[in-house]
Amino acid sequence: MKVYVPRDFSACALGADEVARAIEREAKRRGIALDVVRNGSRGLYWLEPLVEVERNGERVAYGPVAEEGVEGLFDAEFLEGKEHPVRLGNPEEIPYLRRQKRLVFRRIGKNDPLSLDQYRKEGGFAGLARALTLSPQQIVEEVTKSGLRGRGGAGFPTGIKWKTTLQAVDDQKYIVCNADEGDSGTFSDRMVIEGDPFLLIEGMIIAGLAVGATEGYVYLRSEYPLARQIFEEALERARAGGYLGKDILGSGKSFVLNLFVGAGAYVCGEETSLLESLEGKRGMIRPRPPLPAIHGLWQKPTVVNNVITLASVPVILADGAEAYARLGVGRSKGTLPVQLSGNLRNPGLVEVPFGVTLEELLFEYGGGTASGRPLKAIQIGGPLGPYLPPSLFHVTLDYEELAKVRGIVGHGGIVAFDDTVNLGEMARYAMEFCAEESCGKCTPCRIGSTRGMELMDRILSGKKSPGSIELLVDLCDVMINASLCGLGGMTPFPVLSGLRHFPEDFGYAKEEVEPLLQKM
Amino acid sequence: MENGKVERKDELESILQNFARLANGLIPAFHAIQNSYGYIPKERLPEIARAFNLSQADVYGVLTFYHDFRLEPVGRHVVSVCRAEACQANGSAAVIDHLRRKLGVDFGKTTADGEVTLLPTYCFGNCACGPSVAVDGKLYGRMSAQRLERILRGMGASA
Ligand SMILES: Cc1cc2nc3c(=O)[nH]c(=O)nc-3n(C[C@H](O)[C@H](O)[C@H](O)COP(=O)(O)O)c2cc1C
Ligand code: SF4
Ligand code: FES
Ligand code: FES
Repeated sequence: MKVYVPRDFSACALGADEVARAIEREAKRRGIALDVVRNGSRGLYWLEPLVEVERNGERVAYGPVAEEGVEGLFDAEFLEGKEHPVRLGNPEEIPYLRRQKRLVFRRIGKNDPLSLDQYRKEGGFAGLARALTLSPQQIVEEVTKSGLRGRGGAGFPTGIKWKTTLQAVDDQKYIVCNADEGDSGTFSDRMVIEGDPFLLIEGMIIAGLAVGATEGYVYLRSEYPLARQIFEEALERARAGGYLGKDILGSGKSFVLNLFVGAGAYVCGEETSLLESLEGKRGMIRPRPPLPAIHGLWQKPTVVNNVITLASVPVILADGAEAYARLGVGRSKGTLPVQLSGNLRNPGLVEVPFGVTLEELLFEYGGGTASGRPLKAIQIGGPLGPYLPPSLFHVTLDYEELAKVRGIVGHGGIVAFDDTVNLGEMARYAMEFCAEESCGKCTPCRIGSTRGMELMDRILSGKKSPGSIELLVDLCDVMINASLCGLGGMTPFPVLSGLRHFPEDFGYAKEEVEPLLQKM
Repeated sequence: MENGKVERKDELESILQNFARLANGLIPAFHAIQNSYGYIPKERLPEIARAFNLSQADVYGVLTFYHDFRLEPVGRHVVSVCRAEACQANGSAAVIDHLRRKLGVDFGKTTADGEVTLLPTYCFGNCACGPSVAVDGKLYGRMSAQRLERILRGMGASA
């Protein structure tokens, strides 16, 4: 008899460890023999801690389960799959999950993520096996054909990046996984590392084979201690299993993989800042060119990719580029693990092909606001992404379509706000965040963000001091055009989008701000 | 070598020995030192610089760039609150206001009795289950002012 209780950072924040212990305790007390398996989370976060019972190979889910509710579950004979107010039936049949198209997340939440046997049983390392039969050029070609674009934020075609590094001639090249996941409202990297660490490892090995890199680093943010613990264990098992180190699976190829933990700096998610940090220095942005693909870590050719980008690669290799490219729309191919959070009834992880509308994500998946009040705005694409009003919820998830309404896909985070939010205050917060996190290298960002905060304070004080809105728009203009990196360059997005769509929150009428925003 | 605190010196020395070999060992070393000492002892910076063959200014520069590293000890308990958007959308302001009022300190500060240090965090990746608060490294989701008070009281902290 097996009972599954997620070992996932969020599930644990809701008491999953305590629930797991209570189940073991209660089973012992009742003389029932059972194994508690710690799986990853399925990402149906409003139902966490989500407990699953396996009987004759069939799963029955119960959730949310509290430590205090465990005795009652035993009384109701949940081990027999019997009725209970929190019984959810077969988890895979829950519409939220059933309607998704899970590729990267195909395994996550089902089993013990640290079991190599289980990973292989569920199709793991099939991508690597195929990659080992291909030449580097063929692997790069396959990734290019899939249409995969970087999921870290910029959406740059992965195949093209890899090709640049493949063509660079050097005695040492590196694969660096960007697991800094600094965007608020995002957690898909965390879920992959905690819930399917071998998938990321497999993706990085394949990347190494593709470009001729024999060494890799995962740069993980320090705010994710559980991910760190799980990944360290996974690395050890992968080494012991012959997947890492010298002569991978007897192929004659080598790949050494290391974990590096960051130290709390949002800007270190930007790839050049990350590389500086990984070299042990201050995370100051490097000017470009040169591109990291040619002069990256210790000036060597380096592929820097996001966790989800790298975790998509084994799927592409295993199923073929065509299968992947068949999903999605336009130049947005494949699937995106969307992360729904904020004021939503059903927040969680929704992996779907590009092309769904925001409306569908927010209401059919998200279930509308948790508070029951009207949904006023969403922020899409992280803290540097814009705020969009309901009148734009018909727009589809698609790099190009979102860009048309000044939206961004970013790392796939969507944060919902009900009508108690004030976008002027959120604009002030965006400036404050930028001031807090600026690396200090350039003036528009370092000084501009502090000025922006002061300006927002003045604007929000309600005393329409003449010229402050004009100043704010000018300041944003300078930040966008003269900042060295996206932190200073994109902080104006949440600010200006708030002003554009919700001028009343800044104390202005639409007609007053529209002429000013025309040039932006 | 400096005088006093013999047993402490050994600990820091062995950390330096472990990490100074690595080309990028300074940040992991700071993590390890802070893990043992609770902060980075300022008076040991010359030693750290020497071990890494860096100037003191360089070492200080790296240390102060990252939010994680502290040059001062923290209180007996550390409460880190997420200030980011998704938690704001779920009412983190009420939790933050409550904490500030009860503890009588602002972010980055420790209560006068040395019990609690209040720190800001910009997202724990727990955005689907906010508001998020970590107490002494343990993360809690769906936090409210009342629940937080119970947790703090349970730890014997003066909140
Ligand atoms: C301020 C800033 C923060 C960023 N943070 C992250 C991050 O946390 N994770 C990430 O993968 N990419 C982040 N990026 C994007 C990276 O610079 C880079 O584009 C990405 O790692 C490339 O990987 P990809 O092509 O797989 O997306 C950030 C960019 C900027 C400007
Ligand atoms: S925009 Fe800000 S974070 Fe980016 S390089 Fe300039 S100062 Fe640094
Ligand atoms: S240094 Fe002056 S604008 Fe960047
Ligand atoms: S926004 Fe608070 S945990 Fe992510």
